[in-house]
Order: sequence, then structure tokens, then C-alpha cells
Amino acid sequence: MAELSTKQYISIRLGNDLYAIEIKYIENIIVMQNITRVPKAQSYFLGVINLRGEIIPVMSLKARLGLEKDVFTPTSRIIILKPERTAAPVGITVDEVNEVIDLSDEDIETLTYDDKEVKAAYSLGIGKYGSDLINILNVPELIGKDE
Amino acid sequence: MDVSQYLEIFIDEAKEHLQSLNEHILVLEKDQEHTDTINEIFRAAHSLKGMAGTMGFKKMQQLTHDMENVFSEIRNGKMKVSSELVDVVFKGLDVLESFVANIQSDGTEGDIDCEDIIKSLARILNEGRGGTGAKTEASGRVSAQEIIAAPEANPKEKFRTLKIEEHEKKAIAKAISLNLNVVGMTIYIQEYCVLKGARAFMINRTIEEHGEIIKLYPSAQDLEDEKYDFDYSAFVTTKKTPQDLIEYVMGVSEVKEVVADYIYLSEEELNHYLAEIKRDELGEPSLKKAVDADALKVGSAAQVKQQPSKPVANRSVRVDIEKLDVLMNLVSELIIAKNSLVASSNAIRDQLESSFFDQIEYLERVTTNLHESIMKVRMVPIESVVNRFPRMIRDLSKSLNKQMELYMTGEDTELDRTVIDEIGDPLMHLLRNSADHGLEPPEERIRKGKSPVGAIYLDAYQDGNNVVIEVRDDGAGINIDKIKKKAIEKGIVTEDQAERMSDKDFTDLLFLPSFSTSDKVTDISGRGVGLDVVKTKIEALGGDIEAKTIWGKGTNFIIRLPLTLAIIQALMVMISDEKYALPLGNIQTVENVRSSEIKKVSGKEVLNLRGDIIPVVRLGEVLDCPKGEEKDDLLIVVVKKGERFAGMVVDKLLGQQEIVIKSIGKYIRNHKIISGATILGNGEVALILDVNPLI
Repeated sequence: MAELSTKQYISIRLGNDLYAIEIKYIENIIVMQNITRVPKAQSYFLGVINLRGEIIPVMSLKARLGLEKDVFTPTSRIIILKPERTAAPVGITVDEVNEVIDLSDEDIETLTYDDKEVKAAYSLGIGKYGSDLINILNVPELIGKDE
Repeated sequence: MDVSQYLEIFIDEAKEHLQSLNEHILVLEKDQEHTDTINEIFRAAHSLKGMAGTMGFKKMQQLTHDMENVFSEIRNGKMKVSSELVDVVFKGLDVLESFVANIQSDGTEGDIDCEDIIKSLARILNEGRGGTGAKTEASGRVSAQEIIAAPEANPKEKFRTLKIEEHEKKAIAKAISLNLNVVGMTIYIQEYCVLKGARAFMINRTIEEHGEIIKLYPSAQDLEDEKYDFDYSAFVTTKKTPQDLIEYVMGVSEVKEVVADYIYLSEEELNHYLAEIKRDELGEPSLKKAVDADALKVGSAAQVKQQPSKPVANRSVRVDIEKLDVLMNLVSELIIAKNSLVASSNAIRDQLESSFFDQIEYLERVTTNLHESIMKVRMVPIESVVNRFPRMIRDLSKSLNKQMELYMTGEDTELDRTVIDEIGDPLMHLLRNSADHGLEPPEERIRKGKSPVGAIYLDAYQDGNNVVIEVRDDGAGINIDKIKKKAIEKGIVTEDQAERMSDKDFTDLLFLPSFSTSDKVTDISGRGVGLDVVKTKIEALGGDIEAKTIWGKGTNFIIRLPLTLAIIQALMVMISDEKYALPLGNIQTVENVRSSEIKKVSGKEVLNLRGDIIPVVRLGEVLDCPKGEEKDDLLIVVVKKGERFAGMVVDKLLGQQEIVIKSIGKYIRNHKIISGATILGNGEVALILDVNPLI
């Protein structure tokens, strides 16, 4: 049998819950900055930012997951993601970025959520890290197609 | 041989050759005796065949080969150009075009069937040959007039058949007097050679290491422009023997064969020219020389006449559009950096020397000029789009059974490359519209006292910061009453409203989705998806379109497009506490208005501006900005769209600025009113508003 594959994730905090994003999607992590509101956009998009001359749309991860409203603190960060290698980048806001963790596929349990729950589609499963349970985010699903 | 690296060049050149074929065959159809045109067609077909063969595209090679055969017969005067022939050839070109399109998309020719066309070509060839067999003799003499006469002794020694000009004979005589050898040579290049021009250049350089080239056929310019098949001839004065020269030239790669031999002048000629050279050396102005010079002049004038469209010199380079985009982005970055420099220097204005501001101003001038230059590089003449239209109109004329002629002006008008790529389809649509619905059938035109041949005009010209393209026809025009009836029928307007609408309001209705006034649906146009698609496309390019029509006289579609898309002048404004950029292009004036001057007419706010009633749009509300307190003095930016005006209420003016337009990406739902974003001097992002949809 092949070796169990271990992947690296970045664990983040939203409110009191832990989430993780596979490291291959992450382009950059930056501190909060002024976000220019884009009128008439989807409600979970906070607006656009300028990252070294590039305009990048930023969505609120909390709003996307149907959680409470963002309150930005000094620990808040914007994570720049690319759902695919060639896709355009998009930012998500999180309350805090914790650390890089290694999880093997064995550590991750796919849970059967209630289909109606918003979070279901955006989750790949629950990872066990020490005593913590971490929700592994499905980045391509979260960001949607580049259309 | 791996040819994939040449694929791009192949596609570009194949397209050029196909376009050239299209154009010249159109000319040929009208003027069948035009030898230059036939030669040009033959040359283009031949090059195409060679290229396709080299790249291993067998079907393309086969088809072009058969077409070339037909052209060859025509060139030799053995066949006449018939309308049927032109039709088949055009069909062939269409197939070739789809081959090229296929090659471009997936690198293979695809499985388009061209057997029918090959058969038709073969049939035409047979009939043509059989029918005019008797003429062969007579036309043979015509071709003898060409510079290359029937080859003698060794048919490969083409240089023997070249006509030697007076001054060249003189040069030969001089070389002989200096004890130099004069060698004529014909060089054959491998047929898979891709860069023939460069190859010829290398060969010539090699020869020039050992002697002097006194004549080239075709000329050096033609060689460089690859206007020759796979062989050319040269006369060289040298100390070496022909055998030496052959060896040197064979040393250059991709040379297939070289033949060379001494060139002599007859005793009589030699003496004549030697005497002349002597006279020249003594500085005696001779009568003979003057006559000679005149003769030369006449000769060259005749040559000029033969090839009127030959470019003087090709001083351009081909650059990948992506490289230009990178350059453009860098310029954009530079402008952003400059803007931030301006912004931060303004903040500490009193601590800085005035010379600092001189330098800033200088920097601004340079960046503006730099931007303009880059823009110009990106500009492409509209010709590259419109040159396929004459062919299209010809085909339409046949399929619709209407006589029509397309008149184009301003093909050299330039537009940004990105616009050029997109504008073809809308224009084609409008032309089809004119041909199909605009122009009446010939009988009807005669009855109306018009010429039976319908006229369609395509005029392009620059107007300030815009490029205007008009598509006009002298056809039936659009019946405003018919639009009115249809609009009411479809419930788009009420009868009451219709009464108060102007002609322009009605023609604007034409651009609504599925609003076609044509009673019949043809495969050319009138499927209900029409003008609205054209309008959407043109608006996506930042332009607009309007229609003017006179019933019975014709219709005119006017397209306005911005010259550039990437960097514009904008008016920066505050709406609530957010910054926005309004493109300066369509701003007319800025007015200070008391809120009491704004009146409500049927639920909509309007302003009486020096006699004109214009609608007022509160941008803050449209953009869902947090509401500020109601102010008594309002700032209104008056914008113009076509003939119409509207006032946009803003809270504060921040001044004029050069801004770089950036896309906000595809993830965010992009409302029509937001055309992009720009980065301000302080690194903040401001959205660019396109107020056109609001008017």
C-alpha cells in the first residue's frame, strides 16, 4: 500500500472555531487594509484592495459561511488565494492566522453534513489536530468559478 | 525537422497570403486582363503551398497546389477567368481559412472535406485547357515578353536569360577592364526554408566577401521581403572562379543548388562601354551619357508603374502582443508611482524647494508622452478588420441576388489592438443588416428612381478622443411608424408615451433585445438577435452606437469608440465618503445648483439647465452609499451620451487625474455602472464609474 499522503495546511480562526486551508491554494497573507466597497456586488464581497498594483477582490469568509458579521481586530488578516494555479487571485478575511500544520489523509474525517447547511458544500471534512477539531475548507467551491 | 516553433509565423503569414488572395481575386473578377494581379495571386498561392508543405499540412498543400495550377494556366493565358471559377476559388479560400483557424486552435488541419473543391478545380482546369488549346500559341508569345525568356542550354542557369541593363553592362565592362571575372549565378534554396529573406541575405553576404554583386534578380528589396520563389540570380564581379563561388555559397545552410558561369560581353559592346568609361573618367560630359540617363529614367518610371503598391522599405518589426501588454502594464505602474509621488509631495508642499516641483512636472510630461507612445504602438489600422468585407459583400450580393457595392474610407484610421480584435463581428453584423434589410431589390430601386446597384458605405475617422465608424446604406431606411406600432404591440411603450417620443427615441428601440422590424427571417440576418448584440459588444468596448434613418433614403449606424482603453483622464469625485473616478471624455460641465432648482416631473428629478431639461441622477443612491445629510447646494456633473445629457449629483470634486484602468476581476458581480478600478496615488483603490447606462 502506498504511503499515506500528508499535506500542509494553514490553520485559521473565525470567532471561536478553527478552520484550515491547504497551503497550495495560498498565495500570500497580508495585514488588513482599506477595502474599497464595490456597490451592487454579492453581499459576501467586501470590495477590492490594491496588492502591489493588482486589484484583488476580497470576500468575507464569515459572510460566505453564513456566520456573524466581521469585526476587524489587529489580528485580522487577508489571505490571498488562488483556486487554481492559473486563476486570478481572490482575498478572504479571517480573524486570525495561527500556524502551519501537517495533516495526513487519515487525520481527516469526511462528515455527512445536513445538505441544507451552507457550510456543507464548503467543507472537505474535519481534521483532528491534537485535541482540536479543524474544519478543512474546500477552496475552489468557496471561491466559485472564475466567471 | 521540428517545425512547431515556426507555427506562429506560419499562421500569421498564411493569413496574410489568404487575405491577399481574397483581395486580388476580387480585382481579377472585375478586370480579367490585369497581369500584375494574376502574378500576385500566383505568387501568394505558391508561397502558401510551399509553407503548408513545409509544415506538413498535406490537405492545405494539396488544395493550394490545385488552385495554383488553375492560376498558372490563367497566368499563361491558357484559360479565362469565369465567374464559376471565381466562386470555386473563393470556396477554396474559405476552406483554407478554416484549415488555418483549425491549425491555430489545435495544431491540426481538422477534418474539413475539400474533395468537392478539388474536383471542381480539376474540372475547370480540364475544360479551360480543352476549350482554348488553339490559343496557346498566341499567348506563348505574350509570356515571352516577360523578363525571363525561354531558358537556353541548361535550364537551371536562369541568370543567362536575365536582361542586362545599360548601366550594368557598363559595370561588367569596367570589371573586365580591371581584370576581374564577371560571374552569373542562380541560387536555389531548399523549399523547406522558412526565412527565405534572411537566407538570401546571408548568401549575398557570403558572396560579397569574395566580390561585388552588381545585379540581383529579383531585386535585393524583393529578396528581403521574400518576394521570390525558391531561386534567384545574381551577377558578381570577383577575382574568384565560378567554381569557387559555388563552393562558398553551398557552404551556407539550406542552399539546394548553385549554378554559375562566366559572363561575357560581345567584343563590340565591350569596346563601346570601355570607351564610355574612359570618357567618364576624363570628366567629359557626353551627349551619349545624357541620353542614357534619360533612357534610364524612363526605364525606372516604367518599373515604378508596374509595381505601384510596393512599399519603399519595410522598417517594422513584429512584436508579440503580450510583450506590448507587459510594457503597457509597466507604464501603468510608472504612472501610478508618479501619481503617488505627486500626492505625497503635495502633502509636504511647504517643506520642499520649488525646483522639486519643476522636476515633478517634468516627470509628468515624460510619463504622459511615454504613455502616448506606447498607445501608438498598440494602435492598429482598422484596415486589418475591414479588408475582408469587400469579399463578404460580394458573396452577399450573389446569395441575396441584389447588386451592391461597398465603398470604404478611412481604412487607415487606427484603434487600440484590443478594440480591433472585437470590432469585426459588430461591423459585419451591421453590413449584413444593410445588405439584407437596408437595400431594396433592384426592381424596387429602379422604380424609386435609384441606381439598381445599392451602395453601402463604411467610413471610419477620428473625432477628438473617439474613433467614429459609420455604416451607411442608400436603401429603404427604417419606417419609424413601423417601429412605433411594434413597440406599442410589444408593450415596450404605451400609446401615450409613443406620441411624445422623438425619432431618435424610436431608433434607440431598435437596439433592444429581440426587437426586429424585419418581417422575414433569413439566414443572413433578422433572427431577432441582432442590434442588441451589436450594442452590447460595442458598449463592452466602452463605445456607443446610434442609428439615424430617413425613410426611403437609407440608414446610418454610427459607432463611437474610445481611442484607448487602458489609461484615461478622469475627474475624481467624492460621493458620500467614497472616491470615484468619472471618465473625462463624456463630462460636459460641472454645475453648482441649489436643491430647490431640482424639480420633479412624473416622479423623476430634472433640472432646467439654461433652457434644457435634463434628468438628475443621485449617484449616492444608485451606488447605495451611506446617506449624508441633505445639502442645499448641490454639485452636478453634467455628462453627455450621444445627443442626450444628464446631471450626476456628487458631493465633492477632487480634481482631474490620469488614471490607469484595471479590471476588478470576474469573481465580483460587476454592475454595469462600474467599469473598473484604478489605484490612486496613496495606494487606495477607487472605482471608475460608467454613467452611460444611467442616461
